[in-house]
Amino acid sequence: MTTDMNADSYVTEDGRTIGPVVMDLKNITLRFGGVVAIKDISFNIREGEIRAIIGPNGAGKSSMLNVISGFYKPQEGEVWFRGSKRPQMKPYQVAQQGLARTFQNIALFEGMTVLDNIMTGRLNKMNANLFQQAIWKGKAEKEELENREACEKVIDFLEIQHIRKTPVGRLPYGLKKRVELARALAAEPSLLLLDEPMAGMNVEEKEDMSRFILDMNDEFGTTIALIEHDMGVVMDLSDRVVVMDYGKKIGDGTPDEVRNNQDVIDAYLGVSHD
Amino acid sequence: MPEQLLFAMEVTLNGLMAGVLYALVALGFVLIFKASGIFNFAQGMLVVFAAMTLVGVQTGQIPFAHLINTIFGTKIHHFGWTVPTILAIIVAGAAMVFVAWVIEKYILQHLIGQPDIILFMATIGMWYFMHGFAPLMWGSEVMKLDVGLAQGINETIDTTTYGWFGYGFFIDNLDIVAAIVAALLVTALVLFSQYTKQGRALRAVADDHSAALSVGISLRFIWVLVWSIAGFVALVAGIMWGSKSGVQISLAEVALKALPVLMLGGFTSIPGAIIGGLIIGVGEQLFEFAIGPLVGGATQAWFAYVLALVFLIFRPQGLFGEKIIERV
Repeated sequence: MTTDMNADSYVTEDGRTIGPVVMDLKNITLRFGGVVAIKDISFNIREGEIRAIIGPNGAGKSSMLNVISGFYKPQEGEVWFRGSKRPQMKPYQVAQQGLARTFQNIALFEGMTVLDNIMTGRLNKMNANLFQQAIWKGKAEKEELENREACEKVIDFLEIQHIRKTPVGRLPYGLKKRVELARALAAEPSLLLLDEPMAGMNVEEKEDMSRFILDMNDEFGTTIALIEHDMGVVMDLSDRVVVMDYGKKIGDGTPDEVRNNQDVIDAYLGVSHD
Repeated sequence: MPEQLLFAMEVTLNGLMAGVLYALVALGFVLIFKASGIFNFAQGMLVVFAAMTLVGVQTGQIPFAHLINTIFGTKIHHFGWTVPTILAIIVAGAAMVFVAWVIEKYILQHLIGQPDIILFMATIGMWYFMHGFAPLMWGSEVMKLDVGLAQGINETIDTTTYGWFGYGFFIDNLDIVAAIVAALLVTALVLFSQYTKQGRALRAVADDHSAALSVGISLRFIWVLVWSIAGFVALVAGIMWGSKSGVQISLAEVALKALPVLMLGGFTSIPGAIIGGLIIGVGEQLFEFAIGPLVGGATQAWFAYVLALVFLIFRPQGLFGEKIIERV
């Protein structure tokens, strides 16, 4: 079967629909003083797809993710989100636009319970004013119930029912990663960014995480962009892959295309300089 | 019951009441420290400023009257009206929100990402600025604060205890009011932080800044919010202290008593601030009662600090503070 991947939308071999471009990055350059972290990179993310960004250590993957989520401001280039150019924005405004993320070294609210953490993911879905909340009537009550329900769904989905009342600080690493994912998912993002979702996990945990990512994409149609170190995992998961090395883009395409790209092979395996 | 024991009980009760006032001031410190990691040295000045503004508005004083008179050669002091207490409290509360906004916009905003010591120095600067600014605005005389709170000995307690023990306890009505108000305030704060959207956001920011940003919380909004709440707590503390002893700049130094309270209770714990305040209040009074005569009295001046020092040696995080664990 051949699919035209340049069409407005197409159906993948496993029957998922990939829609138009959600996030379009155009000629992004990011510098820290004299160090160029990202050099003139362009790529896009389409609705419903799992898009991976890979590359060796220090390639600029996390910087790229931080540009997308508004934590870093690129010196050059444009970020287009859902068809319009994004002005300079603070990270919280980017989040309010419908972009959720996780962090490489986990950023959770350690003192709060798992449920409370996940509820913070829905802060932007609450509009009741302080007075309504104070008397706990009307909008406030309805909202709280709706949001609780949405959180319970996410909790069920990620199989963390048994720890919902546990303070996050007490959880082991693998579960923390899952809670962070739950918080991001609870926001019902139109784009979900995962920064090394499998870093530091054992094989079994990695398999669980891969399954969650695939299911999330399949069941909720969540568009996902992820950074990963582990080539094997990425190739199995993603629809399209961007490869970075020393801040430059050296490859972009389906896993198969990327796997056979000579530059990518050189970057990963090294090249002889004789 | 022996006279001595009864007297000790009375001292304890009075100590508890005094402790409530310490706790109120300490609470303002904890709120800001939790949300932003800033130790706000100027909290005591906020208390004074809030109280002065309240009296000034209530009695219809013209702000900056001295300044205006000096520049224009006029002789104005009062608008010639008095404002109802409730309205004056609302205006003073609004003024504290404005102060919070100014602090965030003109100080904190420019110091984001700076080391803690820089932010601490900035709050010392705020202390000195307000030390000059508050009297410039409202004059430097001792102001009498009267918002209609009950004062003087509580007759009911006096006669009841006299009936029971043959010895009447002297408890000030104002202290009872302060205890009730403090309890209500703490309950409201806990409910707010546990059950409202803004409260949840506030706890989130206190816990992790980047994570809070990533779920769409504006740090600036939360900082203005938390400084406003601290300003409001300062107003309440100012009303209580001010009703007791009049409002003047030196009231700010009482706030330094909040330091030992915080070391005892922990810098990050709201219940800690309350219980720390009570322990210091009672400890101070009982110590003066039992040991004071042996060492020549006036132990209140140093007891709290020595107790804090002992705590620093044996339990640096305080009774309720988060344990400091360094992972290697």
